[in-house]
Amino acid sequence: MVQHMSEMIRIENVSKRYADFVALNNVNLTIEAGAKVVICGPSGSGKSTLIRCMNYLAPHDSGTIAIDGVEPKGRRNIEKVRREVGMVFQNFNLFPHLTVLENCILAPVQVRKLPRARAEALARQFLARVHIAEQANKYPSQLSGGQQQRVAIARALCMEPKAMLFDEPTSALDPEMVGEVLDVMVELAGDGITMVCVTHEMAFARKVADSIVFMDKGQIVEVAPPEQFFTAASSARARTFLSQLQY
Amino acid sequence: MAFDASVFLDALFSTAFLNGALITVSLALLSHAVGIAISIPAALYISGPPSMLRGLTKVVLGVLRGAPTLLQLLFVWNALPQFFPIFREPWFSPFLAAWIALSLNEAAYQTEINRAALGAIDPGQQSAGTALGMTRFQILRFVTLPQAIRVALPPTANEFITLLKITSLASVISLSELMSVTSRAVATTFQFTEYYAAALVYYLVMVYVLIFLQARLERRLVWNTSVSESEPSMVQKALAFARRS
Ligand SMILES: Nc1ncnc2c1ncn2[C@@H]1O[C@H](COP(=O)(O)OP(=O)(O)OP(=O)(O)O)[C@@H](O)[C@H]1O
Ligand SMILES: [Mg+2]
Repeated sequence: MVQHMSEMIRIENVSKRYADFVALNNVNLTIEAGAKVVICGPSGSGKSTLIRCMNYLAPHDSGTIAIDGVEPKGRRNIEKVRREVGMVFQNFNLFPHLTVLENCILAPVQVRKLPRARAEALARQFLARVHIAEQANKYPSQLSGGQQQRVAIARALCMEPKAMLFDEPTSALDPEMVGEVLDVMVELAGDGITMVCVTHEMAFARKVADSIVFMDKGQIVEVAPPEQFFTAASSARARTFLSQLQY
Repeated sequence: MAFDASVFLDALFSTAFLNGALITVSLALLSHAVGIAISIPAALYISGPPSMLRGLTKVVLGVLRGAPTLLQLLFVWNALPQFFPIFREPWFSPFLAAWIALSLNEAAYQTEINRAALGAIDPGQQSAGTALGMTRFQILRFVTLPQAIRVALPPTANEFITLLKITSLASVISLSELMSVTSRAVATTFQFTEYYAAALVYYLVMVYVLIFLQARLERRLVWNTSVSESEPSMVQKALAFARRS
């Protein structure tokens, strides 16, 4: 097998089932370093399962998943590889007992073993990048949903990952807060980081994605550049899905 | 029969009552400490996926919770020496027997409290820690446990209040804790009200000192304003205590 140095995430013949239910059925996908990939598809199609497999948060049953050319084996190696891949969740999952700043420095200090001062400087830098520097000493519950999600993005960035995974980062937000989070993500995309995002924000997808991955029933049905996907999707299922999004 | 204040005051400041109270409070503290020490690993263990050994552990915990505390005390004090000769030595005192019995009993209740507290933590917390590359131990130490402790603290303090009162059962194995000191004084003088009142004062002082300490600890552990606002007041806690008594 030829190793391409520019491959950030390579997924080959990956399947996963929950009991009798096949959540991923022989999925193949290669994500180049620096690529911006948007994953969409109907509810239950396996989008979350796929993105959670990318950082080994959900173990896959068969097939291979390599991150930056490494296919980690064993708990220690998996933990090491996870540092390279940041993740942002639909429900933010901030640590409620820690302040914004503490949320951002916990893993850098414990996992990357950065000195506290260095971790704090890094955290302030990334909090500024998500436009929330002034909230550093507040607790998550004192912030709005949009602010919390931006903190979650900063927290992931503090590990200085090579790739960022987003699982419906705006779908738990009130409509007026979606924009501020997407703005931060658009800025982030401009920095050259590899980005994989499950979202139904099609305007965002058009703006930043190099390719759209459309999933249905645990399979990747179609991979296409945004213009082609939105105007002339080749699969009937994708066209049906897009027509339903209009409402 | 009138209330003889001097008998009451003499009892209140007697060394016998003071010693009884000290035995009561130290038995409760030591038993709870051992109970908590056992309960944390036990709760983490039984929260895992089902297995034979987990099932067995749950059965043992169920027996310890289900059997009357009085029976457990009598069992440890009377039956243990029959099974194991080392418990026939003079060092096996009523205090030690009560400590063992109450520790095991308490461990079972506390395991239930801790298991519920761990279960109350959003699984997303675990996912977030994992995604950040933290080890399972780091997640436990820095993410899950600090949150679970906050949830477990109020029921744990209630558990201690119950335990403090349950220590009086140890009078049946001739431990000179507060209640047996009281009963002995009553048996010789028949001045029920004075001695019972003195014992009551001791129990209430111990309980209210504890409630005060708990409130302070909880305030320190609060991590946002909305939680502290919904905090039950001292009065509510005292009422809850009165209901359980
Ligand atoms: N832990 C689990 N146990 C059992 N079944 C699961 C589990 N997680 C997901 N599933 C099932 O797997 C299927 C795919 O789930 P997944 O969360 O990946 O879908 P999704 O595309 O992200 O959907 P949504 O748009 O609703 O988030 C669903 O039918 C779901 O019910
Ligand atoms: Mg999903």
